[in-house]
Parts: sequence; C-alpha cells; structure tokens
Amino acid sequence: MSENNSKAEEIVEEKAEEEEQEKKKEEKVIPYLEDVPFFGLQKLIVLKNKGIDPELIDEYIAKDGYQAAAKALLEMTPEEIIAEMKTSGLRGRGGAGFPTGLKWEFANKSEGDIKYVLCNADEGDPGAFMDRSVLEADPHAILEGMIIAAKAVGAHQGYIYCRAEYPLAIKRLNIAISQATEYGLLGNDIFGSGFDFHLEIYQGAGAFVCGEETALMHSIEGKRGMPRPRPPFPAHQGLWKKPTVLNNVETYANVPQIIFNGGKWYAGIGTETSKGTKVFALTGTVKNIGLVEVPMGTSLRTIIFDIGGGVPKKKKFKAVQLGGPSGGCVSEEFIDTPVDYESIAKVGAIMGSGGMIVMDNQTCMVDMARFFMDFVQDESCGKCTPCREGTRHMLQILEKITRGEGEPGDIDTLEELSEVIKDAALCGLGQTGPNPVLSTLQYFRDEYEAHIFEKRCPAKRCPALLEFEVDEEKCIKCGICFKRCPTEAITWEKKQPAKIDKDKCIKCMTCITNCPSDAIF
Amino acid sequence: MQQLQNLKALNPDLTEEAMSRVDEIIDRNKGKPGCLIPVLEECQGVVDYLPMELLEYIGSRLNIPGSTVYGVVTFYSFFTMVPKGRHTIKVCMGTACYVRGIGEVQNRLQSKLNVKVGNTTEDRRFTLEAVRCLGACGLAPVMVVDSVTYGGVSPDSALKIVDKYE
Amino acid sequence: MARLTADGLLKLKEKVKNENALSKDGYTVKITVHLGTCGIAAGGDVVYEALKEEIEESKRDDIKVVISGCAGMCSSEPNVTIGRIGEDAVIYRDLDAEKMRKIFQGHVLGGEILNEYAMARIKEPV
Repeated sequence: MSENNSKAEEIVEEKAEEEEQEKKKEEKVIPYLEDVPFFGLQKLIVLKNKGIDPELIDEYIAKDGYQAAAKALLEMTPEEIIAEMKTSGLRGRGGAGFPTGLKWEFANKSEGDIKYVLCNADEGDPGAFMDRSVLEADPHAILEGMIIAAKAVGAHQGYIYCRAEYPLAIKRLNIAISQATEYGLLGNDIFGSGFDFHLEIYQGAGAFVCGEETALMHSIEGKRGMPRPRPPFPAHQGLWKKPTVLNNVETYANVPQIIFNGGKWYAGIGTETSKGTKVFALTGTVKNIGLVEVPMGTSLRTIIFDIGGGVPKKKKFKAVQLGGPSGGCVSEEFIDTPVDYESIAKVGAIMGSGGMIVMDNQTCMVDMARFFMDFVQDESCGKCTPCREGTRHMLQILEKITRGEGEPGDIDTLEELSEVIKDAALCGLGQTGPNPVLSTLQYFRDEYEAHIFEKRCPAKRCPALLEFEVDEEKCIKCGICFKRCPTEAITWEKKQPAKIDKDKCIKCMTCITNCPSDAIF
Repeated sequence: MQQLQNLKALNPDLTEEAMSRVDEIIDRNKGKPGCLIPVLEECQGVVDYLPMELLEYIGSRLNIPGSTVYGVVTFYSFFTMVPKGRHTIKVCMGTACYVRGIGEVQNRLQSKLNVKVGNTTEDRRFTLEAVRCLGACGLAPVMVVDSVTYGGVSPDSALKIVDKYE
Repeated sequence: MARLTADGLLKLKEKVKNENALSKDGYTVKITVHLGTCGIAAGGDVVYEALKEEIEESKRDDIKVVISGCAGMCSSEPNVTIGRIGEDAVIYRDLDAEKMRKIFQGHVLGGEILNEYAMARIKEPV
C-alpha cells in the first residue's frame, strides 16, 4: 500500500519537475546552434547545404556548387580524379563499404564504348531516411557527384533510381535536372569541355531487393528486379551488359567536396580505415529524432546520448539497431563502440546505410527479430532456394515462439538455418537476412529462452504470452486503462484497482502500453 | 479500334477516354529500352489499377509477351491488379513506426473497418495497406490517408482520422 | 538562360552571394521554412500558408520567404528560421499556424524573439 502511494507521489513529483523545466524554458537564454549538442557535435559535409532552397540552382552555385565539376571536367584527367578519390579513402555509403575510387577504376579500365553511371536512391531499409533528406535538401550535390563519376569512368548516360515512395525527392530532382540542363551543366559539351553527360530519373516500383545492384539494373531494363550471380561484376557487365558504376546517394554527395577540397582534406577526417563522415537517421525511443552527421569513429554513446539526448524519461535504453534487416543490434555493454565499418561489424551489427533505431526495455527482441525476418521473407525475390525457403522457415519458427508455442531445439534450428542461408544465398538480401536473428541471439538469448521455456515475454510485447490481468499490488488505481480501453473490458472505480474482463478483452495492448505503473501482465 | 471497344465490354473501367490516354502513354514511350515499368506506372495512374485486359493490351502494343508483363506487375508492390477503395490508408511498417506501436494501430484499423491489410472494404470506401518505410521516421508512428500524412498516431486517433473520410 | 563556362560559374556565384545579402536587394528579413517530407507531414505546409497570409496582411515588401529541405531535427518540426538584418537568426521549433502568426507579429514585425518557441540562434548573418 505504502509503495503504491510512493509511486503516485513519484508521478506527481515528476509532473512538478516537468512544469519547472517548462518554466525554465520560457526564461532561458536561447543558445547558439553550435552550443546545442544535437547540432554542435555534428560535422557537416553531406548535409552542409541543408538550409538552401533546393529548387533554385543559383543557391547551390552560391555555395561553391558545380566548381568541382568544372575542375574535374576542365583540369583533371579521369586517372587524376580516381587518384583523388583513392586518396580520400571514401567507401561506399550504401552499407558494404567498398572503396569508391577502386570501383571507379575498375569501370574506367573496363573496355567498352558505352558505359553508365547509376545512383542508387532506392532507400528501402525501413527506418532510414538519410538519402531522402539529402535528395530533398540538396539534389544538385548528387548531380554534380554523378557528373564527376561520369568523367572518371568515361560514361555519357546516367540514371538515378529513386523509390516511388519519395515523390518530393523525385520532384526536386526533376527540377534540379532541368535547371542544370538549362545552364549547360548537363547535356553536351559541359563547360565547353567537350564532355557530354545526360541524366534521367528512373522511378522504382516498390521492391526492396532492387537496392541490390544487379537487381536494380534488371529493374531499369524493365524486368523483374531479381539479382544475378556475380561475377561478372557491374564494372565489367552492368546495365544492358555495359560497364556500369553504381553508387549510393550519400556517396555521390561526398564527391564534389572531395574534388573541391582535395582527397587529403577528406582523409583527415575519420579513422584509419573509415574516412570522412557518416549520416545516420537516428530514430526510435530517443529524445532528439533526426539526421545526424558525425565523423567516422564517433562512439554510439555520443550519438545516442549526447546528440540524441538519450531515451526519454521512465524508459531505459536496451539496444540500438543498425543496418535494418541486414544488420544487427548492439546492446548496452558495447555502447562505446566507435562507428566505423570494422568496429561495428566486430560487435555483430553492420554500418549499413545509416538507419539507427534506439530501442527501450519495452521492445521485445524476439518480436524485433520476427519483424525483420517477416520483412526479408516478404521481400525475398524467390530466385534462390536458401533465401526463399530458408527465410520462410525461420519466420515460421519465430512466429511460433512469439505465439508461445516455442519448443526446445528451436534456437538451434534457427542458428543452423542462419548459417546455411548466409553461406548459400545468391545476393546480399539473403546473405545478410539472418543477421537480426543472430545478433539478438548473441545479446538477448535469455529473452528467446524465456519465450520458449517459461512462456513469458519479458518486454511484455507479445500478446499471446500475456495474461491481461491487473497486479493489484502494483496498480496505482489511476483509471487510465479504464479510460483508454476501446472495448470497455476494464472496470474501475476511484480508489479501487482496475479489473479486466477477459471475454471482452481483444488484447489490443492499449492498457499495457499506457499503464504508468507497469501493473498489467 | 475494334480492340478498344472490346476492352470496354470486358472491363467497364477501361473507358474510351482512359484508353486514349493509355495509347498516348504507350506512343510516347514505345521503343525506349526498359520502358515497360514507366508505362505501367503511368497507366496505373490513369486507370487506378492494372486489370488483366489492360496488361494484355499493353503487352501487345509494346511487343512484349503478356507473361512478361504479368511477371513484372506481380513482382513490384507498387502495382495492383484489383481496384482500390475511394481512400487509401497506408500504415507505415518501418522499424521506427513498429517500435513506436504501429502494429496496434494496424490491428485496430483491421478490426474496426473489417478489412485485412492489402484489401479493400466491401463498400469500397477504404483500401488498407501496410507500406515499407515512408521515410518520415521522425513522426513515428505514421499513417497516410490518400496523400495526407498523420504523425504520432495511436489506435484511437487513427480511428478518428479515418472517420473523416467518406 | 545562357550556358555556363567555368568563369561564368564563378561570376554567378559572386552575383548570387551579393544578391542574397539582405541589404543589397531591399529585403530586411529572410524567413526560411524547412519543408522536407517530414516537415510537411508535421504540418510545415500549414505553417507556410499562415506565414504567407501574415506577410500579405502586413503589406511589407521587404520580407523574403524561402523554402529548404529538412533542418535535421525531425522531432522538433515544423521548423522556421527567421533572420532580421544585422541580427542573429533564430530557428523556431514545434510550430503550428497560430505560433507562426505570433512569431510573425512578435519577432518579424516587433523585433522581440519569442523565447518559448525558439530552439537556437545562428551566428552567421543571413
């Protein structure tokens, strides 16, 4: 009883505290942007132009725009551009981290009169929106990056493959392309250099696997977007069997500044193996949600707790998920890991394209693994058996576990299937698909075991494993659940603990999500 | 022309006006390499969906086998072969939205509107869709009705929002 | 529009930079509405409309309104940045039409920063 009272008091106290903070806010001196940790701790390269009008090319030009293109086209040979890119140490920002300069060199040396430059703007990783923001805020940077890449490999035609779900990005890209064309920055004889480059937008039609390079090229060819085995690599045989370079949006956004400021300048930022900055889309249970650009090597703790402001009150940090359905999560004990390609891989996640989702103690890790497996299964193109059948089987097991029907041996089967799929799948989608399961097993095996052996969901997220009963000891009799219940299944009177009528309850989770004292189980 | 009239008899949604726009789209794109997907995207914009009769017509006009057209349409989630409701509700199934409770919103919409995700209500008022990340994670959980985005939705507020659409 | 040469590019850059400096073109206030997908979804377009109405009513022709992409902190959207000539610019957060109108009256016309809605100030002159 006294405990209940103290809980109630705690809540009142917290409210008072909040009000006080509110007051302070009103009296506060407005800090300078660089003194706000969210902004001050960032280093902006890719996002440096985020305040300009993206629909006016002049604004981009006023920020030194297209000067790198002029330099590349008028003063540099393809070999010099490639050398500069190699010096910079820039690695592909789509997730795999292949050195960009090397990729361009392969395509440059590849024989052929027709070559293509492609931009992968098919940002399909759920929970990631870095590329969308760059395309919407600074589309000309992508155009300029592609012009430079075209010169480096000797291509005269480019495509931007953008998802149909990003209508504003497509609109602004179209405006950018027509303005650049009017200025003669796209088309024939750019800057009077004799170099031609034409650029078109290709709208994707909603298939995650099209983020894979060979699948993306099939899609542009008008076919089902299925991957094919490599080699031959796109640098030798890509779009329409011609040598092709494909880079992601963020990679291209770095290129103009590397050419403008020099590769050495860029290599001075970041760590030994991972140069420059990385943009993350910081979301989930974190105070400051948004785009965060930091030098490589910044720790996860700095990003989540200093820049992101940590998890909101009353909630506790549990894990951070990186790389979406291809990645994994990192638990609190490894929160000081620096973000660079190698360190992140060492702790069981991947750098990925930049999705960073913070999870609190109300997130069930088994359900999370099920969520990602559902995604991979749904997006599997069906071409290769390990991915098509293997992910389906894994999903069935995970669904079974979250329904409370898990059996001993399920974890072993999951691990076994994971290994086979990783080794045998045709493309990156399948090869990385088991990662969310493996990494949650690595850090939260006890949660799997609680589901299977105790038929219990520790995070209270799996409805099948919940009783929907009120713990009268914990209940503070506030009546919130009673007011929120959509089916009037809860009875409550002032100063009395709530009661749930199981016949009326539809297990919608509203009461559990809203209970301030964690009293419903 | 004979073929056009037949189409209208087979499917009343393929009106002469719609088909003349379809023809215009095909004429504009015909011969370009890889034109099938853009053509399908534009045609779906005209007819709202891609019925089998239309797929056969597009295939024959572009000299692409009907099986290939069908293969492409069924591969990409953007395309639909069944008509949609007057309003389309999209719940965002991105990770950020999921962590913040879009699953419960979806369940409540399904039971209240009596429709499963991916389907249309009997009165054709709503089509309920689950989409992969909309890229508005800052507002999670997110729901889109037609072209209006609603952020921070709960099961209760979602029902109130869809009530506004007739 | 003329095709650009490398030299022309530099000249254009200087010209735009000059024009953008508020004093040069008769503008005394520059207002940036941050309209990315997330900003629009959070209600940025409603804020933008309210702002345009206020400007029209004020009959001031020295206020320049521009749009831009996302300002970066999605959880604080919609965002608007207001810069008055010779003063620090202020970026406001969590706006709606009503707050926008208040800020327009208070800050843009009255020169008083509305602390309760402000997120940060920006040193560089607009």
